[in-house]
This record gives sequence, C-alpha cells and structure tokens, in this order.
Amino acid sequence: MPVNYNQPPLLKVEGLRQYFRVCASCTVKAVEDVSFEIYPGETYGLVGESGSGKSTIGRSIIRLYTPTDGRICFHGMDISRRMNPDTKTSLHTQIQMIFQDPKASLNPRKIAGDIIGEGLDIHHSCKSRAERDAKVKEIFVKVGLAPEHVSRYPHEFSGGQQQRLCIARALIMNPKLIIADECTSALDVSIQAQVVNLMKDIQEETGTAYLFITHNLSIVKYISHRIGVLHLGYLLETGTAEEIFGHPIHPYTKSLLSAIPVPNPAVEKNRILECYNYKTSGIDYSKGSYHLVEGMHYVKCTDDEFYKWN
Amino acid sequence: MAEEKETILRIRDLHITFCSLDGSIHAIQGVDLDLAKGETVALVGESGSGKSVTMKAVMGILANNVSAGKGTIEFRYHHEDGRTETVDILKQDKKWIRRNINGKRIAMVFQDPMTSLDPTMSIGKQIMEGMIWHFKIPKQEAWNRAVELLKEVEMEEPRKRMKQYPHQLSGGQRQRVVIAIALACNPEILICDEPTTALDVTIQAKIIELIKRIQKERQLSVVYITHDFGVVAKIADYVNVMYAGKIVEKGTTDEIFYDPRHPYTWGLLSAMPDLDAREERLSTIPGSPPNLLYERAGDAFAPRNPYALVVDDKVKPPMFRITDTHFAATWLLDPRAPKVEMPKQLRLRLNRMKKEAEEHAGKL
Repeated sequence: MPVNYNQPPLLKVEGLRQYFRVCASCTVKAVEDVSFEIYPGETYGLVGESGSGKSTIGRSIIRLYTPTDGRICFHGMDISRRMNPDTKTSLHTQIQMIFQDPKASLNPRKIAGDIIGEGLDIHHSCKSRAERDAKVKEIFVKVGLAPEHVSRYPHEFSGGQQQRLCIARALIMNPKLIIADECTSALDVSIQAQVVNLMKDIQEETGTAYLFITHNLSIVKYISHRIGVLHLGYLLETGTAEEIFGHPIHPYTKSLLSAIPVPNPAVEKNRILECYNYKTSGIDYSKGSYHLVEGMHYVKCTDDEFYKWN
Repeated sequence: MAEEKETILRIRDLHITFCSLDGSIHAIQGVDLDLAKGETVALVGESGSGKSVTMKAVMGILANNVSAGKGTIEFRYHHEDGRTETVDILKQDKKWIRRNINGKRIAMVFQDPMTSLDPTMSIGKQIMEGMIWHFKIPKQEAWNRAVELLKEVEMEEPRKRMKQYPHQLSGGQRQRVVIAIALACNPEILICDEPTTALDVTIQAKIIELIKRIQKERQLSVVYITHDFGVVAKIADYVNVMYAGKIVEKGTTDEIFYDPRHPYTWGLLSAMPDLDAREERLSTIPGSPPNLLYERAGDAFAPRNPYALVVDDKVKPPMFRITDTHFAATWLLDPRAPKVEMPKQLRLRLNRMKKEAEEHAGKL
C-alpha cells in the first residue's frame, strides 16, 4: 500500500536521548540524538545489532522509560514529558506493542479470551459482556485463530499461534501505531512468513502504522516502507527500503548488508565480507549531521565523509 | 572421487522414541546419514523436526526418558597410534561414551553461548578442563595450549581473557570461547547446533568464517544444524532436509538449492524473503509442524502439502533416487505420479540464482 508522505506525520521523534545512570561515575548512553517520523499507514523498520538501542527507542516511545531529552510527538500531542490524563489514555490505547517472545509475554494463568480482552476491560470500552465477547471473537478470526479457542490457555497454542495472540491483543484497541519489537525472531522460517503476511494484511485493512524493530535485514526489506539503521545509539542512515538496500552510503550499512547470507551456494561460498570496525574506522558519530542523498535518504556524517563516500 | 572418501560417521535407520506423560513421542523415525572426513553436512528443518535429537544421539547425551532406540550409529575413529576402530555408539554404555567420545572425538557447539558456559569458572579453566580430564596433561601445558586455542579462534589478548569470566565477554566472543573449548581435545567431528541463531548478522558471518577456516586447517568433519538456508549455502557440502523425524531430501548443496524436488524444500526455500525481488506476499507453508505424539499413516507432510496425492495419506513414500547423491522422499517422483512443477515464483527465483551463479563463476 503506498504511503502518503504529504500528510502530517503520525509520530515524530526529535533529538531523542535515553541515558541510564548505572552508578555515580557511569552512565549508559543507549540512544543519542535520534530523529525520525512515521506517517499513517507506514511501516518503519529499525535495524541494528544488539546493543544499538533499537529496543530502547521502542520502549521510550511507549513510555516504558522516561526520555532523558528530546521530544516525541504523537498526533501532535507531546508524549515525552508529563502527560495529562487524556493524552495518557490516548497513548495507552492508540500505541500498542508486540514483544519478542510470545510465550513470555502471555500470562500463563489466563485464558486467551481474557488476555485479548484485557485492554477493553481496563478502558471500559464495551458496555456489555456480550459486546466484549463478540469483539474478542472477531479479532480472533481476523488473526487467523479459531474463535472456539478463546477459552484455551496460552500453552495450548503453538509458537506461531501465540504470536498471533499477541498481535490480536495489540489490535483490539484499534491502535494507530503498533511497535513490533523483534516479533518474528523467535519463530521458524515458515511460521515467520505467515506472521509477516498477517501483519501486512492487517495494515492493508486497518491502516495502522508499524514501527518494526528487528535485526533480521531480509525481513525488514520485505515489510518496511522506510528503514533506519542504528549503531551504538546513533541513527546512521535512513531512507526507503530500495534506497538503503540499493544504494547504501554509510560503511556500517554496507557491512551490515554484506553480512546477510545469500541462499545461493555458488555465490555465497566465495563472497568476501566487508569489515567495519568503529574504533579503527576513524568516524566519530557525534560529529556528524544529517545529509540528504536523494528523495528520503539521509546519512549522518560530516561534510568531508559525505564527499568521500559519495 | 566418491570411493576415496573415508566415511567416519554412518547412521542407519535410526529410531528414537521418548516416553512422556501423554504417551510415546516418535522423535526420530528412520534417519540415514553419512559424514565423510573433512566434509560439512547440514541438517535443516523447522524446530521439532528432530535435528538436534539426532545429533544428541550421536553424542550419547539424550535425555533419560528414551524408551526405544533402534538402528546403528557407526563411528570410525583413530587411536593415537594410528589404528582405526569402528564402534556402534548406541550400544555403548554412558561411561564409555563419556570417556572416549564426548569432547575427545566428537565435540559440540550449542546454540546459546551464555547457557553453555559455566558462569562461575574462568574462561581458561573451562578450556583446560577437558584436556586435563581426557589426556591427563600437566596444568602448565594445558594453559599454554588453551592460550594457543584462544589465538586460533581470533580472540584479542588471549592471556588476559584466560582469567576472565563469561559475563565479561560479548555474545560473539563467548561463542568463540565455546568453539575453543570444543576444539580443545582435537576432536574428529564437530557438531554445531545452531551456533549463530542467538547472534547478530555481522557476528554470525564472522563466526561462520571462523568455523570454515578451522575446518579447513584441521580437516574436521562438521555437522551443522540450522534452519537458515543462507547459512547452509555458505558452509555446507551436503544438505539433509528433515521433517517430522525423517530426512525428506538429501543431496549436495548445489542439488538442493538449484534443483529441489521435495515440496517441503520448495516451501522452505520460498518462505525466505528474497532480497532481489519485490514480492507482494511471502509464500508460506500453511499450518504448523505435526505433533509427533500421534502416529500418522502415510507422509507426515501431506496435510501441509498443496501437491499431496491420494497415496500420500496411505503409504509413506520411500526415498527416490534422482542422482547418485540426490534423494527425496516424495511420491511425486514416482513414475506413475502426475507431473508436478514447483511453484512459479520459486522457479523464477531459482533461474535467477542460477544465472547469478554463472555470472559469478565467469568473474572468477
């Protein structure tokens, strides 16, 4: 589905910083000066290796952490500081999250129907019990589960079905934005494809936007409209999937792309990896600023580096 | 060429059944596998297909509730003085396996480096442990060898690392340590059970390069368990595709990638996102893997197979021979079966892959 980039963005992150103070002398700077926008109905993929701060960004947006600095605007409301009750409610209903491990994120002592309906109960969105049950069943069908299974416990579902439950739980509040944090990495290849297809179908139908956080680059190319590449807390490069994969600028992005194993034995056996080491590369991320390459493709670097790489 | 290879591991008709509260689970139902010296064999399949159980049987480290193990696992190994001996691992007792096989001749690298290292022991001690136990060598010598091993797996400052603990290392470094431990006793077979699944792509690529290099240098035989076809393409000489406790297709890497015959292999290959084509939908294998608690007549893959024939529900397909090295267990290869083509999308992709491969060969 094409995305209209002329309308105001759904989510706007500006100069987000997230520090964690470990002790008096040590502060972990997990996210440094990250800015990006997500438009309605768009899928924005955040990729990076572990420890690059991609999950932290997701958690800061949904306010599991309080951002150290920067602004997060959702629908024109500032959600990065203390919020009034109305803003809080809309944050809690209109942004939902899907976590990595479906097994760990479902309460084992609750039946599936209650897990899914919990959001409805908390926000008193349904007037009667019958209405709520009907809504839960409707969502069950939407994610490809049998409505008879509402009274099952999470352990009675397979891994792929559990992830469908998590998606159903996120969907029931009719969110505008879903943050999917590594939601396919615990699944098998064939099941992963099913879940990704389901997420695409849902987007087509409801027009929700996704923030898709993952380290699996081949999935991100497939599902995302735009991609942001993170390393050590800095957003190094952002652009549409075609721009990033077809014409990467930053050496880190290049090394990341070259590390994807290609399922073609003759090519793969002789391929040489591009090595990248931040310490020896001589690049200082904190000095860079965003340079426009073309279209929506931006790179964070200094002027000299920009000429050198281009 | 094929005759010259020395087969060091030969598994024939392996059956393993586990006892559980719900009944017996037929985890492995007749697996045949050959591993020649200096070669890499990949086992591919979804979780629950029995890849790990097969290799655990080879190591003799199955859980205690194994109720029936049938078949043979012949392992041919060399004594220090050059004599060779062939044993059936399934028939040996645990004590003998522990003394002669585990770590010494067959070593294993597990998926999660955090849980396979002891958090309370220093790295050095963990590498030395096996050498001291198996070869009864003095501590100082073991220490020197351990430093050499750390150098071999490309760890920086090996002497400093010897005294460090697992939590002080990153995930990739930990996996390097696990590989060093596996290599400590100079084994003949290295079993890698999804060693890179918990790691990032960049680190995964480095670890695979490392395993490849070590295999070449030491002439190791490697069994590589994975579900990622991209990794298989990089590392394997032979591929075995497993489904529901059986090998459904086996062949050389080129045969499996460029000329797959089993619908399950088709499904797995097309389920991988393609980096070159912009498709609207990923093709999937419908349904989920079968529950091995219930025995099924006929082909276990039939309920998920869009190309299933009537006979698939009744009789299990035998292994059909395609070439000398390429076999597949599907009735579609029977001469009486209707002619079925692989999905069009996959056909296009394979053609493109072949073209790329030719271009690549031309460049070299």
